[in-house]
Amino acid sequence: MSTPEIAVITDELEEKRSLVAKTWDLCRRQPLGAAGALIVIVMMVAAALANVVSAYDPELNDLEHMLEGPNAWHWMGTDEFGRDILTRIIYGARTALAIGFTAAFLGATGGLVLGVASAYFGGIIDLIVQRIVDVVMAFPLIIMALVVVATLGPGTENVIIAITIPFIPQCARVVRSSALSIREIPYVDAARALGFSNGRIILRHMVPNVMAPYLIMLTAFVGQAILLEAVLSYLGMGVQDPTPAWGLMLKGGAEEFLESAPWVSIFPGLAISLAVFGFNLFGDALRDVLDPKLRRM
Amino acid sequence: MYAYIVKRVLLMIPTLFGAAVLVFFLLRLLPGDVCEVRLAGTGLYADPRDIALCREELGLDDPLATQFVDFVGGYLTGDLGKSMWTGQPIEYEIGLRFKLSLQLAIMATLVAVAFAIPLGIISAVKQDTWIDYAVRTFSIAGIAIPSFWLGIMIILGLLIVTQKLFGAGWMPPINYVSPFEDPLGNLAQLIWPAVATGYRYSAVATRMTRSAMLEVLREDYVRTARAKGLVEKLIINRHALKNALLPVVTIIAIEFAFLIGGLVVTEQVFNLNGLGKLFVDAVGNQDFALTQQLVMLVVLIFVLTNLVIDILYAWLDPRIRYA
Repeated sequence: MSTPEIAVITDELEEKRSLVAKTWDLCRRQPLGAAGALIVIVMMVAAALANVVSAYDPELNDLEHMLEGPNAWHWMGTDEFGRDILTRIIYGARTALAIGFTAAFLGATGGLVLGVASAYFGGIIDLIVQRIVDVVMAFPLIIMALVVVATLGPGTENVIIAITIPFIPQCARVVRSSALSIREIPYVDAARALGFSNGRIILRHMVPNVMAPYLIMLTAFVGQAILLEAVLSYLGMGVQDPTPAWGLMLKGGAEEFLESAPWVSIFPGLAISLAVFGFNLFGDALRDVLDPKLRRM
Repeated sequence: MYAYIVKRVLLMIPTLFGAAVLVFFLLRLLPGDVCEVRLAGTGLYADPRDIALCREELGLDDPLATQFVDFVGGYLTGDLGKSMWTGQPIEYEIGLRFKLSLQLAIMATLVAVAFAIPLGIISAVKQDTWIDYAVRTFSIAGIAIPSFWLGIMIILGLLIVTQKLFGAGWMPPINYVSPFEDPLGNLAQLIWPAVATGYRYSAVATRMTRSAMLEVLREDYVRTARAKGLVEKLIINRHALKNALLPVVTIIAIEFAFLIGGLVVTEQVFNLNGLGKLFVDAVGNQDFALTQQLVMLVVLIFVLTNLVIDILYAWLDPRIRYA
């Protein structure tokens, strides 16, 4: 009983060490990727420490300081309810990261399971899964997300579902194509000949070998999810007021006061762009390191 | 080749049918419909009898199977139904806005291609120099900046610049005029959203051009061309670019298909009355009839584009045909 567990633990240790080495490699050979990682880390720290970093309450209206321009007290100015914009951007990072990571993780993992199972079982199961993937992929991302939100109604959980659904088939297709080639390698046959269960072969023998495309899709999804969430919230079909979310901050008031208070619409948009920029830079570098073959994706 | 085309066309049918099933049942999954939005949406008291009457008129009381047969059967009889919100035929509602969306998609494509191909080539040829890094940063930024926010910033920029120059802020006109009647007025309205969406679009295409070029430049025949002493310009234009263009054309075509129905937010920002805005309105009003037809239109354009690309590939590359 204890021997396999020890083996697993040493495996993990080794993986961690190589991860550190990979990170160091990444910084030296991929300056753009390192810059991206830096942006992502700063954003994560700011989101985690939001209540320490910012001096204001993101949801508290302060009618004496409505639509003030950037000044010493409000570095990015205030919105039409007198709320500090910098504070709302920092708290908005929480919303964006929570939705981005959850949707990306669920979408990529759902796609991983579906893609590997589809490739492993083949035959009629593969055919059915691929036809469903075809159908869902025939919808442009934003259209699918809007239809789902129209069905479920707005709100944070529903936004996550709406973003996750179109991600699953995308990842499933990529994972399936690498899993197909792995299925042909003799060790899978060997595992089958030893009488291992399908579940064990999938989890222990196939999934670890498609981790590269999975991780690449996962990082790419985070940026896309943040962008989609901003779009849905901007249309009023995503996160609802007073929760601070970047897309929501651009909605309504921002355009109305475009001329008199441009800071209301400038800074949240910059935050979205910078966050997605960071994740994309990081994702690109990760892709180059993990799998040069996938460069064209 | 014919067998391949027939196979691909037949494969479209289950995809389109599946999309129809998916969108139809998704929209009817939860309670709430256009009658409630129309009669009770204002917050006033709505007589339940009025709502019931409205539902009966629109056929929302019919069994789902009947409604579904009506919806799909409409494609065979050529009757797409009526908008549940305005009561106008759906062909009319779509026809009214199709021109604007199509023109915008074409203009954005032109903007994108004009930037993407030269930038992608330079970036690949000068790989890992500062030019490459600059182009890559520019294109990753293009994917990161939400086009609707870029649109807002363009409007803001126009306001500030015109304020400085003429003392009065100027905003792009809202009403659509045909490019054949008033080309300048048309351009004044549509050039800005075309730039806002074209930037993102060109970023995607630039990255594709760059990676396709990088791959081709490592091929043996490029080395042969260099070895026989050809001018670099000729190698890039004639030997490399031609072979690298296929994936680039693919991505441009797919993005173009997406632009025709998918500009939901940019149209909102610029107050354009196009298909994307119609879609957002239809979703907001719970106008099932219009929403499902718009979704099917977008899916159809998407699937047809993919079909054309696949046939083009098979035509250019015999290996695909026989696989």
